[in-house]
Amino acid sequence: MAELVVFAICAASAVASGIAVFVVDSMARATFALLASFVFTAVPILLLGLSYLGVLVVLMMVMEMMIMVIFMVMYMMNPAGLMPMTMVHNKAGALAISVGTFVALAAGVLLVPWPTSTAAPPADPTLALGEAIMGEKMLVMMLVGMVLFATMVASIVLATHRGRYARYGDDLRRKHPDDPIRGGVGR
Amino acid sequence: MGDPAPLWSVLVIPVLLGVFAYGAAAGSATLRAHAAGTPRASGIAAPARSAARLLVQRRRVVLGTDALLLRLGGTLVPVAAALSALVIPLGGFVVSDLSVGVVWFNAMEVVIWAAVWMLGWGANSVWGLIGGYRFLVQGVAYELPHMFALITAALGAGSLRVTDIAAAQQGLWFAVLMPVAFVAYLVSALAMAFWGPFDQPVGRDLAGGALAELSGVDRLVVGAGRYVLLSVVAAMAVPLFLGGGAGLLLPAWAWSLVKTAAVLALLVWLGHRLPTVRMERFTEIGWVVLIPATLLQALLVAIFVLLG
Repeated sequence: MAELVVFAICAASAVASGIAVFVVDSMARATFALLASFVFTAVPILLLGLSYLGVLVVLMMVMEMMIMVIFMVMYMMNPAGLMPMTMVHNKAGALAISVGTFVALAAGVLLVPWPTSTAAPPADPTLALGEAIMGEKMLVMMLVGMVLFATMVASIVLATHRGRYARYGDDLRRKHPDDPIRGGVGR
Repeated sequence: MGDPAPLWSVLVIPVLLGVFAYGAAAGSATLRAHAAGTPRASGIAAPARSAARLLVQRRRVVLGTDALLLRLGGTLVPVAAALSALVIPLGGFVVSDLSVGVVWFNAMEVVIWAAVWMLGWGANSVWGLIGGYRFLVQGVAYELPHMFALITAALGAGSLRVTDIAAAQQGLWFAVLMPVAFVAYLVSALAMAFWGPFDQPVGRDLAGGALAELSGVDRLVVGAGRYVLLSVVAAMAVPLFLGGGAGLLLPAWAWSLVKTAAVLALLVWLGHRLPTVRMERFTEIGWVVLIPATLLQALLVAIFVLLG
């Protein structure tokens, strides 16, 4: 009973803060409304006994949102998120897509004949879930993770306007790099 | 180890954290008085005096403040610190002995990122805004070494449960077995509490940075929360690296308190002793020195664990 109440509160709050993302006119409030939505979805994961995944969702989502705030300064036409700004560009289309997705997923929850099991939940549900989702593809998934990380590093290296020739000279012979701000290890 | 604690034991945490936080604030005030050449004994009552002054001070509000985010950020500093303290054992006693205690501790600490940024942004002040962004830059610099230090301690014990990590150090403290991880933890602990030498987010060059516009009870909550945070990261160093409650003669809970007080005193003293490090310099140190060093440390510990 208590679990049901907690689930209901968190589910309703997650949807409400998800809607708030598109209602508020401040990028900062939208960011934290989205973060609240993710944190509310972490609680049902905890209710399933997946404590590691639930806590990890909170950890990663807080960090992710705060990193997004840094990118907000770098890339948005709205420096530092200081001006009022809506998060939606195509209001009607965005609303149709998000409501449609929500209805389809909610209908799936209610209409799909989910299998029932009488067996007791496993001792370590996180391990069982990982085995069920990844199974023997774990090595592939880890390699994909490495490739994604390498792609991110490579794209930043390619995108930065100061390469090693700017720092170390045309023949890369400069002893100390010519940086606008000196780093911490004496270079 | 770690009996299931009764519900009232939750009340022990704020009391203990309050005592440690007051001690840290008094120690800091004493060091400041010493540096200024005024009587050192005045530092003992200084936190109480400034708390009383802030309680009766009228709140100063900037036009266009985002009051919701400002108040939320201020409240989150002490709340996140207290929540992360739930998993810290006091000898054999622990309020919530989660199986993923280390991850819980980390998740609650990271909330400080959001809290400081909200404080800086919500104040509608350029000083606060720059201070908030400075803390995020500092966070990107310290967080990965911090996580690797936590993971290395968990790796050494083969468990994410904090009491298991403390119990695994019966023979040899992890501070001796993995000194690089211990140093990285202490460095990141200072940076996380934006305590000196990593106090640029609230630096004097920014007129107080993320805290510039706070006044009255808001400033009291955030200032106290910062000392609570410093106490919590000091307390967590004990089960992670300093053998938990292990020690001679005294009972385990007393050793936990003594070690926490020692680490806290070290952190407060370091903050006063070392000059401020700019966060862009610290970022390079974090990524070029601390991350490879902590990764190598994790590798060595993993080999040590595999060889038994």
